[in-house]
Amino acid sequence: MCTTLRTVLCALLLVLGCAAARAAELPGDSIYRLQVGLVDQDGHRFTFAQRRGKPQLISMFYTSCAYVCPLIIDTLRKTQAALSAPERAKLQVLLVSFDPERDTPARLHEVFGERKLDATTWTLVRTEAPMVRKLAAVLDIQYRALANRDINHSSALVLLDADGRIVARTDKIGALDDDFVAAVKAALGTH
Amino acid sequence: MLALFATPSFAADYVALPGGTFASVLPADEKSADAVVLPFRLRSEPVTNAEYLAFVTQHPEWRRERVARVFAEARYLAHWQADLVLGGNAPPTQPVTQVSWFAAQAYCESEGARLPLWNEWEFAAAADATRSDARSDPLWREAMLSWYAKPSGTPLPGIGGAANVYGLRDMQGLVWEWVDDFNALLVASDSRDQNDPDRLKFCGAGALNLRDRENYAVLMRVAMLSSLKAADTTINLGFRCAKPAQ
Repeated sequence: MCTTLRTVLCALLLVLGCAAARAAELPGDSIYRLQVGLVDQDGHRFTFAQRRGKPQLISMFYTSCAYVCPLIIDTLRKTQAALSAPERAKLQVLLVSFDPERDTPARLHEVFGERKLDATTWTLVRTEAPMVRKLAAVLDIQYRALANRDINHSSALVLLDADGRIVARTDKIGALDDDFVAAVKAALGTH
Repeated sequence: MLALFATPSFAADYVALPGGTFASVLPADEKSADAVVLPFRLRSEPVTNAEYLAFVTQHPEWRRERVARVFAEARYLAHWQADLVLGGNAPPTQPVTQVSWFAAQAYCESEGARLPLWNEWEFAAAADATRSDARSDPLWREAMLSWYAKPSGTPLPGIGGAANVYGLRDMQGLVWEWVDDFNALLVASDSRDQNDPDRLKFCGAGALNLRDRENYAVLMRVAMLSSLKAADTTINLGFRCAKPAQ
């Protein structure tokens, strides 16, 4: 009897243990599998995978860019504005710099203030140069540094689910993409 | 001597390249500026199946059955017989293909190296047996183009073709090769044209500013690389690694 109970308990623990391990492991198609160290506008250091837990809007920019990058911030804001307040609170926004050389945490902090970004949802980060290329690769964003230090890049807003899987993206910058907003709302509805 | 060259040594050799200003097909300022290539070292041959097998043996996370899908699509190493068995379709001295950009990067890191930049690869591939830049020679272009015309169903030969002036082998005629900045090759300043919302996406074929349009042989490489995503693999795309100058 006792032995049987122990066996059952053991089996139960094993199952629970497995379930816990499965939950802890990232899905194979999660971009959080990329091991990247990030530093935010306040100098906080964290890993990319630590963003896990809430859906995210993620894009790439650089602060000395005068044209598209301000538009990327505008478009992210418009997307946030299209959500209800409870939806907005569940969605994080992460902007990664293409330009680690010039975009120091101090510079990111400056831009964060200038653009009056909402500290409860927005994070601006930099990473080391080789990791910028890898992050762009998982996000399928193209960029090229020019001789005059401008950086030409494709622009995309990418929606990640809580586990870091890409669930939607838009290349529409400047105006709101209704399909993308619908995808964001759908993703938030599941959490 | 010839026999020695026919059986390349197993250990990876890196050869030194001088670098310099270089007329890339992709101008550094997207108009006409030369690229500046710093001195660097490049692997004398592409990475082979045997070398890649040794890598996945040591790094289980890159084995076919275990690799995370975000880093390599389903066709990754699909021509190998099993996780750790090359089999008849993947002879040991053949360049490894069906590897993703992430996998190629990881391999190079395991050798204390990285993938070459496009400009580095282009600089190295411009050479022939006697000249550092043979690109204006119609024969050089012809050789490259005639290889492209070969049907891709033909089994790949092993590494060990004739060396170019730097001692690099198989820069042409064997496989296409990943470069570090493969996702940098098609962006033009048009992407920042705010007046036309469609162009913000950039990325259309029209976005590329090219110099030396005659040089189809090199431009085809650019077009192929820029069409890929980092987890993609193809049956004739391999890689070699680069290191900084000593």
